[in-house]
Amino acid sequence: MADAAISRKRSPAIPVKKSGFRNWLGRKSTIAFFMALPLIVLISVLVIYPGLYAIHLAMLNKTMERFVGFSNFTFLFKRETFWMVVQQSCIFAITAVVFKALIGFIVAHFVHNIPDKGQRKWRGMLLVPWVIPPAMSCLAWLWLFDPSYSAFNWIFAKFGIGPIPWTGDAAWARFSVILVNIWIGAPFFMIMYLAALKSVPDQLYEAAEIDGANWWQRIWYVTLPMMRNIIAITTLFSLIVTFANFDIVRVLTAGGPIDKTHVFATWAFRVGIEGGDIPLGASVSLFMVPILTVAAIFILRDISKRGNES
Amino acid sequence: MAGKRITRRDFVATTAAASAAVIAAPHVATAQAAGKLSIGFWDHWVPGANAITEQLTKEWAAKEKVDIQIDFIPSQGNKNLLTIAAEAQAKAGHDILAFPTWTPAENAKLLEPVDDIMAPLIAQNGEVNDTVKYLARSDNKWIAVPATVGSQIKGPCTRADLLKQHAGIDIKAMYPAGGPPKADGWTTDAFLKAAEACHKAGVPFGIGLGTTSDSVDTAGAFAHAFGARLVDDKGKITVKSDEVRQWLDYYKRLTAFLPADVPAWDDASNNKWIVSGRGTMIMNPPSAWAVAVRDAPQIADQLWTHGFPAGPKGRYAPFLPYFWGIWNFSKNKSAAKSLLVHLSQASSAEKMVEGSKGYDIPAFSKLTTFKTWAETGPPKGTLYHYPNPHNHQVLSIAAAPAPPKIAVQIYTQGVMTKMVARHFQGESMDKTLAWAESEVEGFMRG
Repeated sequence: MADAAISRKRSPAIPVKKSGFRNWLGRKSTIAFFMALPLIVLISVLVIYPGLYAIHLAMLNKTMERFVGFSNFTFLFKRETFWMVVQQSCIFAITAVVFKALIGFIVAHFVHNIPDKGQRKWRGMLLVPWVIPPAMSCLAWLWLFDPSYSAFNWIFAKFGIGPIPWTGDAAWARFSVILVNIWIGAPFFMIMYLAALKSVPDQLYEAAEIDGANWWQRIWYVTLPMMRNIIAITTLFSLIVTFANFDIVRVLTAGGPIDKTHVFATWAFRVGIEGGDIPLGASVSLFMVPILTVAAIFILRDISKRGNES
Repeated sequence: MAGKRITRRDFVATTAAASAAVIAAPHVATAQAAGKLSIGFWDHWVPGANAITEQLTKEWAAKEKVDIQIDFIPSQGNKNLLTIAAEAQAKAGHDILAFPTWTPAENAKLLEPVDDIMAPLIAQNGEVNDTVKYLARSDNKWIAVPATVGSQIKGPCTRADLLKQHAGIDIKAMYPAGGPPKADGWTTDAFLKAAEACHKAGVPFGIGLGTTSDSVDTAGAFAHAFGARLVDDKGKITVKSDEVRQWLDYYKRLTAFLPADVPAWDDASNNKWIVSGRGTMIMNPPSAWAVAVRDAPQIADQLWTHGFPAGPKGRYAPFLPYFWGIWNFSKNKSAAKSLLVHLSQASSAEKMVEGSKGYDIPAFSKLTTFKTWAETGPPKGTLYHYPNPHNHQVLSIAAAPAPPKIAVQIYTQGVMTKMVARHFQGESMDKTLAWAESEVEGFMRG
């Protein structure tokens, strides 16, 4: 049928004039728009609408009957617990991301140096913590850290150590939640860095070796510059996810003891859902947005600058 | 496909005739003539308890010819709180929901007043306690009906053998099965001495200092026993009172005799503590005892549920009621009220208590003497005093009598247990009280 339609000849006397609408439909950008439309709709429904609704909620009073502008935010600024949560969220996210990046980088190098034949097996095994649903692995960690029946403490007791208050003491509780976050998140860094390492041309290392570069210099002057973009993107992505973390803290400590492990998401849940103050809870959760936006702007600007330079 | 082709004219004629027939037909009562009703009950953690609620509801639906839909919503992960929040926002969802402790007050403006059914229910089943009135009345109206399912008292659950052996207290004699308590000597001072003795013997009391409800409820009951209130019923902050100081000092001394890790305890920790045989007492409804019956029968044989110790201002026990509420956007309020009346009958309540193996407690005063509590064992009579059959103690809730919208924050943020933990960990009393005052001030915003 298509052939028949194409072969039909028009009379040269009648000028062929495509309508503007047809032109618009035929444009590449229009087609691209329509192809992206399902995703745009999905994002609008699942991200933009809830985001705008959260902003709306954050500007209502406690009983959600009155518009109060930024009062909830100014109220939060005066709360001691809020600033403690800000501080803890920063400690939690920055420490966890730094260690995840470091461990991911080191392990990626180890895996990169394993012969191809056995590498796939190691890659699979090392990805396990990242693949298990966090709520499930956190439950296992909770049993390991249990206040009264910790498996770690049971082992340490054999060597005369402990018991360690894994979740009962503020410092240990912070250590525990950060440790579990690193355990879950480091494989993501490892796999990203491994992919980046594989894309570094061997000739660069050979040239560096000829120039007399030692192991450290090869890392510093070849590997790291070649991986800068992937490091930046991975760090940004992980920073966002870690800042917004909920499950690890919720399962392991629920923010305790004495609120010393609360992060934005867990405190927002405590205040908004458990405490019935939804506008204040929404305000707490929205506070993450400016912090992450600033981080995203700086990191993405750096990437785009390097992209333009190259 | 080779059938007669339908023309536009045929289609219009057929449709018009069908429409006319439907409009002209007489109204025929179907099996579900009284409409539809959607109910979200709390998902009970006692196996088999949901079946009783479902059976009672279906019986009523069959009799009233109502088409029902039942969902059992778990409280694990606060799924029920999320459902309530979502339905309140959307103003759509179930007709009836099970509302945990503070949620009726939080949603008062969205709940259908139920004075018309509460008055006859009280006349029939007896008065309800002040905690139920405090939580389920708003602007002098009943906004929810106290539910049997899920309501609980968190009294002491004690290893009678260990308490007798190490503290010299015969708790079964104080709280005999089938008879009124003889517990005049069961005071906060006696409790503290017993805690010390059991701690020295290596089987300490297991009372949490976390922010989950078991920990908060216990701290709250002791606070009531000392007359300690962080906020009074008018909404005035009273943190820096002598009573609060006395309570905090007492609780600090008590904490010294508890396991070292109690600030990290959640609602499962105390259950594990008693079932493992490591402790003498916890504050819990009979769920811990039920687990012990299943997993550690030799421990269950020694467990006895009884009343709280009396303090300078009285004897208080934590009562955590559930409620059934009807959204004001429900489309079938009359059917919803009819169902709640049915579920609140003495016969229904008795079945629910039996189905929950004695865990559930009706809030009405005439419904606390069912045979389940008297006969359940082992040991027989272990739950006799659980529903407070002799009104031996005042059923209370932590943070009351503060206006519920403030009290819920004090409760869910665990302000009282945090005060104890801070003070116990070395913070001066004045500093702890100043911190608590500042926290409570933050809950005052409208």
